Amino acid sequence: MGIEEKIPDSIILTTLDKMVNWSHRRSMWPLGFGLACCAIEMMSTFAPHFDLARYGMEVMRPSPRQADLMIVAGRVSMKMVPVIKTLYEQMPNPKWVLSMGACASCGGVFNNYAVLQGVDRIIPVDVYVPGCPPRPEQLMDGILKLYEKVDKESLKDKREDWGRRVG
Amino acid sequence: MPEQRTVTLNMGPQHPSTHGVLRVVVELDGERVVKVTPVVGYLHTGIEKTMESKLYYQALVCTDRMDYLAPMSNNLGYCLAVEKLMDIEVPEKVQWARVCLAELTRIKSHLVWLGTHSIDLGAMSMLLYTFRDRESIIDVYEACGGQRMMTSYIRIGGLAHELPVDFDKKVRRVVKQVNEGLADYENLLTNNEIFINRTRNVAVISAEDAIAWSLSGPMLRGSGVKHDLRKANPYSGYENFDFEIAYGKNGDAYDRYLLRLKEIRQSLRIINQALDGMPEGPYRARVPGVVLPPKEDVLYKMESMIFHFKIITEGFKAPVGSVYQAIESPKGEFGFLITGDGSNRPRRVRVRPPSFINLASLPRLVEGGMFSDVVCAIGSIDIVLGEVDR
Repeated sequence: MGIEEKIPDSIILTTLDKMVNWSHRRSMWPLGFGLACCAIEMMSTFAPHFDLARYGMEVMRPSPRQADLMIVAGRVSMKMVPVIKTLYEQMPNPKWVLSMGACASCGGVFNNYAVLQGVDRIIPVDVYVPGCPPRPEQLMDGILKLYEKVDKESLKDKREDWGRRVG
Repeated sequence: MPEQRTVTLNMGPQHPSTHGVLRVVVELDGERVVKVTPVVGYLHTGIEKTMESKLYYQALVCTDRMDYLAPMSNNLGYCLAVEKLMDIEVPEKVQWARVCLAELTRIKSHLVWLGTHSIDLGAMSMLLYTFRDRESIIDVYEACGGQRMMTSYIRIGGLAHELPVDFDKKVRRVVKQVNEGLADYENLLTNNEIFINRTRNVAVISAEDAIAWSLSGPMLRGSGVKHDLRKANPYSGYENFDFEIAYGKNGDAYDRYLLRLKEIRQSLRIINQALDGMPEGPYRARVPGVVLPPKEDVLYKMESMIFHFKIITEGFKAPVGSVYQAIESPKGEFGFLITGDGSNRPRRVRVRPPSFINLASLPRLVEGGMFSDVVCAIGSIDIVLGEVDR
């Protein structure tokens, strides 16, 4: 018996947070960027058998300026560190990072001089997907977990968060 | 006379057409390429160094992650080298199963190459077809090793487990599907005018140059040199199989494309022979103290249990000496030089990476040509950065 009974069907009521999160989640474009073995599994995820297009994510953007999601797929060598940092900084806000595979998450089997022991040492990571390499289903699960996380975000927190993240 | 000026352009390491994290610095005069410098090392993982700190059987895991498009070929190369060092004879069934798996790997690698190379040249739909057929090979991998890519299924002295019960059925399904798929690819590309224009007489290398640059694999055979380690220096029982060496004539990107398709057909032929003639027998050599004993023995026999425990905890000691063993991987001659120092870890493992040496010919292929052919040349070399940088 509230006000919603009086308004016509063509009007939808929502909160600003929900609407923004919905639009972020529904049009998340990954950066087309592979490093090592996991990149091949990432390609499999985009290929017909697993078909990530079902989640509206089939457009891989080669340019970081058009991407929202960085999937770090593979081991990060020391020579690659500045490149990944630059790519992350070039992505416009809001942006998310998914660390795919054991090497990107913690160095994996390569505990040596050449491999960065986890990409979270240089950029903030939202979701970690374990595996060497993770199955495409695991990557999809990681992406769905990221969607859940995006749904819980609020513009209020983001303002502070962005200030911290940039640079 | 105006001063001649060139533009320096940087491609990569984040570029969709460099097949990973290769960086190419191109110096251009208009559309003409004056100078090309490949910059490698963006995926340097220190694999050779890591292998020195692992037991012999643990180091096997690192080989999967080198050429990640053809993990079983790497396993095979490493295992053959260690078996040569340890002087182990593997049962006949193991040899045949290894040949079958290595050829499946060759098809898998060539399929990824075909998909990505065509995407570079603008045929976007090819990747969807090739990945469809690749999935069927991955099913076989999964049935064998329980993993989709990094199976480490081929072990020192044999295989990790018995072949799965429906191995024969599964592989025959792959053969059928790839055979049908090949018709699709040929329909889409072989007579496609755009594809021919982009690849014919592009990235040409003559037979003399190919030998002088010590190229191997399709890069060498594309120029008309009939050299294939499976025939020239047979390993793992390849002398029992009837197949032909595929080779090209002009040494351009189109010839290499045709050659790889021919290789897929020859691989199918080998797989069929391997399935038809697969002998019965154990899946591991019986070398006490070096190769793990069969699981049923470990459960009921005291010595087997002790050997199992000893191999898992401290590995086995290899003799002093160096061996070199090369195999014909999908990319070319893939060799391992292993030096043992009498301990249970290798003193040094050196890899002869085919794509690294093939990549060195990139300036030779594209200098003087058009800029848009650089992408075609990189694609037709078939590099995989995990193996270039290691």
